[in-house]
Amino acid sequence: MKIVLENLTKVFPQGKHTPAVTAVDHFNFEIPDGKLVALLGPSGCGKSTTLNMICGLETPTEGKIFFGDEDITNVPVENRDVGMVFQSYALYPHLTVKQNIMFPLENKKGKEKLGKQVIEEKAMKAAKLVQIDSLMDRKPSALSGGQQQRVAIARALVKQPKVLLLDEPLSNLDARLRLSTREEIRRIQQETGVTTVFVTHDQEEAMSISDLMVVMKDGVLQQMDKPQEIYDNPVNLFVAKFLGTPAINVLHGKIENGKLVIGKNVIFNVDLPDQNVSVGIRPEGLLVDENGPFVCSLQKIEKLGRDTSVICTHEGMQMDHMRIVVPSETKIENSDTIRFSLKPHKLYLFDESENRIALEEDA
Amino acid sequence: MKKVRPWLYLLPSLILLGIFMIYPLFDVLVYSLQEGYNSASQTYSGIGFYNFSYVLRDPYFLQAVKNTFLLVIITVPLSTGLALLLSLALSSIKKVKELYQTIYFLPYVTNTLAVGLVFMILFKKTPYSDGFINMIIQFFGGNSVDFIEGPYWAKMLTMCIYTIWIVLPFKVLILTSALASVDQNLYKAAKVDGTSSFRTFTKITLPMIMPMISYLVITGFIGAFKAYSDEVAIFGTNLNAAGMNTIVGYVYDMLYGNSGGYPSYASAAALILFAIVLTITVINLLLSTKGDEAE
Repeated sequence: MKIVLENLTKVFPQGKHTPAVTAVDHFNFEIPDGKLVALLGPSGCGKSTTLNMICGLETPTEGKIFFGDEDITNVPVENRDVGMVFQSYALYPHLTVKQNIMFPLENKKGKEKLGKQVIEEKAMKAAKLVQIDSLMDRKPSALSGGQQQRVAIARALVKQPKVLLLDEPLSNLDARLRLSTREEIRRIQQETGVTTVFVTHDQEEAMSISDLMVVMKDGVLQQMDKPQEIYDNPVNLFVAKFLGTPAINVLHGKIENGKLVIGKNVIFNVDLPDQNVSVGIRPEGLLVDENGPFVCSLQKIEKLGRDTSVICTHEGMQMDHMRIVVPSETKIENSDTIRFSLKPHKLYLFDESENRIALEEDA
Repeated sequence: MKKVRPWLYLLPSLILLGIFMIYPLFDVLVYSLQEGYNSASQTYSGIGFYNFSYVLRDPYFLQAVKNTFLLVIITVPLSTGLALLLSLALSSIKKVKELYQTIYFLPYVTNTLAVGLVFMILFKKTPYSDGFINMIIQFFGGNSVDFIEGPYWAKMLTMCIYTIWIVLPFKVLILTSALASVDQNLYKAAKVDGTSSFRTFTKITLPMIMPMISYLVITGFIGAFKAYSDEVAIFGTNLNAAGMNTIVGYVYDMLYGNSGGYPSYASAAALILFAIVLTITVINLLLSTKGDEAE
């Protein structure tokens, strides 16, 4: 089931002590059928609100939501046929795993009412899918965080929804479990083929499992594309900064007489009018090169096994220090300065309003 | 030395507890077994269970037991159920919620005797007025009833309304906070799954607040068994004459009332009350823990 958001807007009205907030601002995008999509952004960017509107727990102030060709903007949540996994899992604590999973099916009334046998079979099938079929008689309090997460997913999937929604599905798990659970979510999504939208603030999590990523900031959609495409071609400085660990290095630069200049270093020729720019360089975008044009003062070298982090400073920096990742076999001489050459496709220029400047470099 | 020190620290509270709790408890037991006790000369004729058999044959005591049981059986379920309904209503409204909460909580901070006065105005028949409730009954074409000095059922009705009204605020307070502490995400999850509001209430809300409900039922039973001041507020101190005495009222009368000066009978009655409350509480606890296991 494809999901289309059209001009979707949510304004939270002014409260006693709070001003009116536009949580989601004229969103337009389409989620293709059967894909796993991540809504990514810092906290307070409106990603959960968007999810809640798709779910039906929040009503949009403006705009429309379509499931397939059907306008479901005013369809109440229970008729939307969505499964939702909450950040806190929201398992019913007084019910066993089995009762929790059976709960949504037992709600069906009238013609859709299911026999006890069918309900139990379906619950068992969902439990097997998420591999918790051996824990059916336990209460949620007797389960680990990861197991609770699986129960929540099973409960969301048991009624075979058109759309599966997950709100920060991994944020309550420890680091190790997070890795395995995200693979698990990917596997379950691919096995069932259900269109899945999940919300996260963790870019690594989003990049690792999603087919498509939607980057948001302050209620405004910044960019939507395949994860690698967004990483390689961020549309603005915010997206460039938000993706990637270690974070991108940002420096003040300017274009002078067709040359990009950072501090005192002339980097390469660009065919652009003179202006001030912000230069974003990915940590892996610099190569140690004794003849390179980019001169930094070396602060520290961190050997991390697979690769080496070079911590250095440059007069054009917008942050405290720069972190450059080089292969661990790179020889670095212990001196005050270190010179780099640059990989042009790992370097982005942004204008003063932080939008990307298209670059046809001839370095 | 190590074992002495903790006891040393506990000593002050142990002494106070001993004087004001343990000794009187023990003393009640002693009094109840002393037959023919004379409070003036502080002498007694023998030891035995005569006091108990006297109390159990005393028509005033039997009336008090009947009154108390009726009060308990009527007011505890009604007030708890009513409090649950009110709390549900309170939690579902958003505007002027605080105002309603304050109104419902007012009886809790109002003096029992002042409330009694208000009830007098509402219910009492005087040469000048039949009382507010009777005015309403007459308006609808009914005959006025004397709720304070009239038939037994009318007095019992007044007493029950009064008791429910006075215990309601505390229960509403406990239940509204219990309802508020239920994880809202559970309701959201239920909503997404298309749960009907009735099923949401019976399958989610009720089980989640069950511990608080059973707490209220147990303390409600104990409180209702110990009722006394509320009766005085409405029917005055001569509760035996009004036929509205309670077990605690009987104990008090035996000690200090017109027929006072009988600590032995009072002690026996108090111990009988203790046995009743203990039995009911144990049954309550057994029922509520059994309910937990069945979940």
